Amino acid sequence: MLTLGLAFNVAALAQHAGGGALPMEPANTDVSDLAALQRGAKYFVNYCFGCHSAQYVRYNRLGADLGLTDAQLVENIMFTGERPFDMMTNAMTDEDAAAWFGIAPPDLSLIARSRGTDYLYNFLRGFYQDDTALSGANNLWLENTAMPHVLWELQGVRRAVFVDRDVDGVVVPTFEHFEPVIPGTLSEAEYDGFVRDIVTFLDYIGEPMQLERRALGVRVIGFLLVFLLIAYMLKREIWKDVD
Amino acid sequence: MAPIRSDLMHHLGRNLTALTTWIDARFPMTKLLKEHITEYYAAKNFNFWYGFGVLATVVLALQFVSGILLTMNYKPSAEDAFASVEYIMRDVNWGWLIRYLHSTGGSALFIVVYLHMFRAMLYGSYKKPRELIWLFGMAIYFCLMAEGFFGYLLPWGNMSYWGAQVIVSLFGAVPVVGEGLAELIRGDFYISDITLNRFFAFHVIAVPLVLLLLVVVHIMALHEVGSNNPDGIEIKEHKDADGKPLDGVAFHPYHTSKDLVIILVFAIAFSAVLFFAPELGGYFLEHANFEPANMLQTPEHIAPLWYFTPFYAILRAVPDKLLGVILMGLAVMLPIFLPWLDRCKVKSIRYRGWVYKLALGIFVTSFLVLGYLGLQPVSDTYTLVARVFTFTYFAFFVLMPFYTSWEKPKPVPERVTN
Repeated sequence: MLTLGLAFNVAALAQHAGGGALPMEPANTDVSDLAALQRGAKYFVNYCFGCHSAQYVRYNRLGADLGLTDAQLVENIMFTGERPFDMMTNAMTDEDAAAWFGIAPPDLSLIARSRGTDYLYNFLRGFYQDDTALSGANNLWLENTAMPHVLWELQGVRRAVFVDRDVDGVVVPTFEHFEPVIPGTLSEAEYDGFVRDIVTFLDYIGEPMQLERRALGVRVIGFLLVFLLIAYMLKREIWKDVD
Repeated sequence: MAPIRSDLMHHLGRNLTALTTWIDARFPMTKLLKEHITEYYAAKNFNFWYGFGVLATVVLALQFVSGILLTMNYKPSAEDAFASVEYIMRDVNWGWLIRYLHSTGGSALFIVVYLHMFRAMLYGSYKKPRELIWLFGMAIYFCLMAEGFFGYLLPWGNMSYWGAQVIVSLFGAVPVVGEGLAELIRGDFYISDITLNRFFAFHVIAVPLVLLLLVVVHIMALHEVGSNNPDGIEIKEHKDADGKPLDGVAFHPYHTSKDLVIILVFAIAFSAVLFFAPELGGYFLEHANFEPANMLQTPEHIAPLWYFTPFYAILRAVPDKLLGVILMGLAVMLPIFLPWLDRCKVKSIRYRGWVYKLALGIFVTSFLVLGYLGLQPVSDTYTLVARVFTFTYFAFFVLMPFYTSWEKPKPVPERVTN
């Protein structure tokens, strides 16, 4: 039996034990940036798609929205003989995933809508070396994440420095700064751009029609404004004899 | 060409008259049109607050149409529900528009209905002879709450799942039969495929049928006694030689042309949300609901959709579970008794004493603050604030017979003012 207590207590669960108080940097993604989307799609299939599916996304829809021909799709996105109308599911089963990582990696179709783009941007930039973690990496934004630092070669390996702070009488280790251990192949700014491209792509697959939605909104509201003007003049005409 | 055309119009006109006569001999078509449209007189001085009735009707119609279209592609099963919603969002032609119309429409309906109810409290629209209109309206409100609750499970997101779990478990607080009752509602020991199927049945058939009937009787009762107005006086008391109220204008074309303007202004605001912020920052579509239902993992913070949160805050403010459920139920039900709790003969707030104005202000503040608190995670401060405003919420109703007897209203005009 589920008691009310559950509803009362879940709220008390801290979101990120280590990083709850950290300020998030804005992702500043722009889903209308076609080049960023194309790069993001390429990074996604190369770095994320090995473990994470995007099961509600169809390859040819992706191609159409990102301005890629079927040939370009096959060349850059579809590596294992999928057909253009297939969904972006992948070969790793949940059972294998659970055995390898302890948990099935979440499907990423809607991750930008459930967690927000800022969170994803900070999460992908928040890995640090932690020898006690199974994968050797921990994350500021999702403590004890099962996800390995897949992008470590690009970002490099970093150590996180925590200092003890007194918060209401309780000593809490608080993140101070990162210290480089092994340099990455990308500079910090390049890595941020890389991550931003992936997050832009995730934002797009979360709601592929969002550009269409906004464009239609402008036209609908424009129509309604004209209609309103006419309706208002009609109302004035009909009511002119009413004192 | 001219003679032929006028001849045609002549024939057409004659045939239409004949058709009307034929129908009227068998069905009161012309009579109904006159009674409810062309010769239904309502006050000429309706203000902003009088727009929400027609808007509620329009949004309800929108919910019916968009809902029917959604059922054509939605799959009410635990296995397929979440995926079918994404299928609608991505693969169905205009599916995203239909889905956002329905999700935005759900919240919009509660906004206009709350404002519509507030209008009744401003101008005493629930008072004699309009008590039944108010009661039918309250029944409509309860049906809408049921629609919101049942419908929210259907996308089968994680917040759908846990929201339903928490609310159904409230029935478990009823002594002796509580657990059995909760099981009866779920059809299972936990929220499952079976629950989803029966909630679907309630959401798309059972409740809408009752809702439609209630809307018809709400409007029939309204047209029987006539609409109230911002001065809270009866326009039927001053009629011209033809028996038409001097301060009234016909519903059509006067109020219909005004309503069209109101509907369009609303449609623009509605479109702004639908096309530019359909999640409205997580208030209309909650972020956690973009993850599929997971019975092993609760969302970080379970909150019902915003339109239930004033009552949810009352539930949480009470330390005892059973008492909390009772008070929450009472908080929802108490407005039913307004026509009899309010002892003041004057209807409109324009001519009422300061006591009622103050009381109504306190009530609105309580409702809004509780609504805000119901969305927030629990903290000691918030619980204390929620208790204070739970007290003032109830005080508004419980003390009403006393303070409305004491209040000294101003003189009421004979005729409507502008």
